[in-house]
Amino acid sequence: MALLQISEPGESNAPHQHRLAVGIDLGTTNSLVATLRSGEAVCLPDEQGCSLLPSVVHFDGRQALVGYEAQVLLSSDPLNTIASVKRLMGRGRDDVKRLGEVMPHEFVSAEDSAALRIRTAGGDYSAVEISSEILKELARRAEQSLGSDLAGVVITVPAYFDDAQRQATRDAARLAGVNLFRLLNEPTAAAVAYGLDRDADGLIAVYDFGGGTFDISILRLNKGVFEVLATGGDSSLGGDDMDHALGEWIIEQAGFTDIDALLARRILSAARSAKEQLSSAGSTTIRIEAPQPWQTEIKREQFEALIEPLVKKTLSACRRAVRDAGVAKQEVAEVVMVGGSTRVPLVQTMVGDYFGREPMNKLDPDQVVALGAAIQADILAGNKPDNEMLLLDVLPLSLGIETMGGLSEKIIDRNSAIPVAKAQEFTTFKDGQSAMSIHVVQGERELVSDCRSLARFELRGFPPMVAGAARIRVTYQVDADGLLSVSAQETTSGVTADIVVKPSYGLTDTEIESMLRASMEHAREDIELRMLKEQQVEARRVIEAIDAALAQDGSVLLDENELSQIQLKRDELQAAVGSGSTEELKNLIKAVEDVSETYVARRMNASVQQALTGKQIDEVDV
Amino acid sequence: MAIHLSDLAASRVQHFLENRGKGIGLRLGVKTTGCSGLAYVIEFVDELREGDEVFESKGVKIVVDPKSLVFLDGTEVDFAKVGLNEGFQFKNPNAKDACGCGESFTV
Repeated sequence: MALLQISEPGESNAPHQHRLAVGIDLGTTNSLVATLRSGEAVCLPDEQGCSLLPSVVHFDGRQALVGYEAQVLLSSDPLNTIASVKRLMGRGRDDVKRLGEVMPHEFVSAEDSAALRIRTAGGDYSAVEISSEILKELARRAEQSLGSDLAGVVITVPAYFDDAQRQATRDAARLAGVNLFRLLNEPTAAAVAYGLDRDADGLIAVYDFGGGTFDISILRLNKGVFEVLATGGDSSLGGDDMDHALGEWIIEQAGFTDIDALLARRILSAARSAKEQLSSAGSTTIRIEAPQPWQTEIKREQFEALIEPLVKKTLSACRRAVRDAGVAKQEVAEVVMVGGSTRVPLVQTMVGDYFGREPMNKLDPDQVVALGAAIQADILAGNKPDNEMLLLDVLPLSLGIETMGGLSEKIIDRNSAIPVAKAQEFTTFKDGQSAMSIHVVQGERELVSDCRSLARFELRGFPPMVAGAARIRVTYQVDADGLLSVSAQETTSGVTADIVVKPSYGLTDTEIESMLRASMEHAREDIELRMLKEQQVEARRVIEAIDAALAQDGSVLLDENELSQIQLKRDELQAAVGSGSTEELKNLIKAVEDVSETYVARRMNASVQQALTGKQIDEVDV
Repeated sequence: MAIHLSDLAASRVQHFLENRGKGIGLRLGVKTTGCSGLAYVIEFVDELREGDEVFESKGVKIVVDPKSLVFLDGTEVDFAKVGLNEGFQFKNPNAKDACGCGESFTV
């Protein structure tokens, strides 16, 4: 018996033509999937009634375990259990070196690919593959909950995700076998969940305080388009820090000295449940099961005093983001609360006081991003009438091209609404130039070295022309997911280069800088090597010329002594070609030339005589 | 002539109407489509059309167009959870045969 959902007036679909779509919040700590049922956005729970799926994957050679089953193995089998894989998305080996200190895994990188893999008992897995396991699990849950195949999904990503990170997320969706309608910025999704996209234009602050991360985004809604004006935050500040602050207080109060891993875990879990209690109660009891059991009463005020420094930290990030956005905090019309830590009453009041307005918190802060994604997915699946405006997003960073002198010429400016395509014409620098190297960069800085390198490719084989005559049209196209493709065409000849942009994986500014410095340090060596190569080529040329000449007329024009002198110097040079220094080769070449000087002169005379012999003066071509 | 909602169906409809923020009731109907001839329609109602019959069941207004009513008379609408899935079900005494999925039926 079919289970039917209520449609909007006049929009009942024919049987079997429902376009099922879900929104997925692929989070660092937890992931969720949501859909629209009878007009209401709801998160889809698992068989146990839990909406949250811990973003943890365990590999042991059998089927991958995802979620709670994997989470319980985190402490017993840390090497084969991967948490927080989102932090590795679109990242290369060098980025991960820093993270490597906090992640226990063994990283391996294949020769032929920049992507990094984690070694587990079940094989090596990339961040994309690990994320795809989480997506598969959520898609399976969605298909079971909706009773049919999915038409497509919307996946949310942080507003600050760059092209490589977005591409990796898209790859994970493809690998999981789900049809990705598009990627959506997390703060935008939160604003959509509250229906702010239908409100009047204005500024929106999205305050996202999760378990392990804090993000603040300042958005501007302008004619149905959300612009990201500024983002900020702290990737290692979250609710876990509140648990630790309270945990330290417990240790101090109880006078625990000998703390093993088990006791530490008990203290932390007691702290966490006390924190949750204090969100609704004025006081609660903390009990610790220890060799000497200990318990105490804690008041909300005491807890708030402990966590106030953490909340203040988030507010100073808010202050910076507001300043970066170039707006005044009084201009912010709405403040949207996202993430479990915003349940703490002190967070609500301090954020409310800072922005001078009541934050929006009616929706479950853990679910709000997924709910917004579900609303967007439903629109994209075509379940809404055409007059529902499609939500547009904007580029977080400008996209540019490298021009002479290592400068970045912006082709698409940041905050352009996407999808967008823009073209610009460039020309050649040298006479006869028939190829051009195109370097795609992302960032706001003027120098290419300060921007992020996304891709390089070459346009080859257009006809040589004088400098400045060629017309090379470079087109940048960004699709609705914020992903970039670049093409170049020489317009007078029609030669084109269509390339797939493979984002170079996550070089940080410091790494780019050190690469540049290395190229300068090696400059002298490079030049010296080049000069040596040139002398070796010259030596071979001289030897070949001498050999050819001696074979032709050496015995005629030279006496034995002269011939052996030349042979001697020639052999010395020959012996030195592979081993001699630039200077030695230069001297030996000169020695060969000196000793052959008379021989060369005689050859010249001989050939002149040969040319003139038996000819009248007027027959000679002069 | 009458159509009824189960208790659970009525409370779910109330909830969805409140969440939607507008609408006067629930439209039930049939249309000639689907693999077995007729398919159920279940929609929110913003305005009545000419000839609509309006019933009230457990506080919910049920709107049915006269053409559909002959196929729906005596139907009870329930709300069910099956595994992870949930939704409305039609228990229709007029239906003689349904397609495997139950989305469409014949009379």
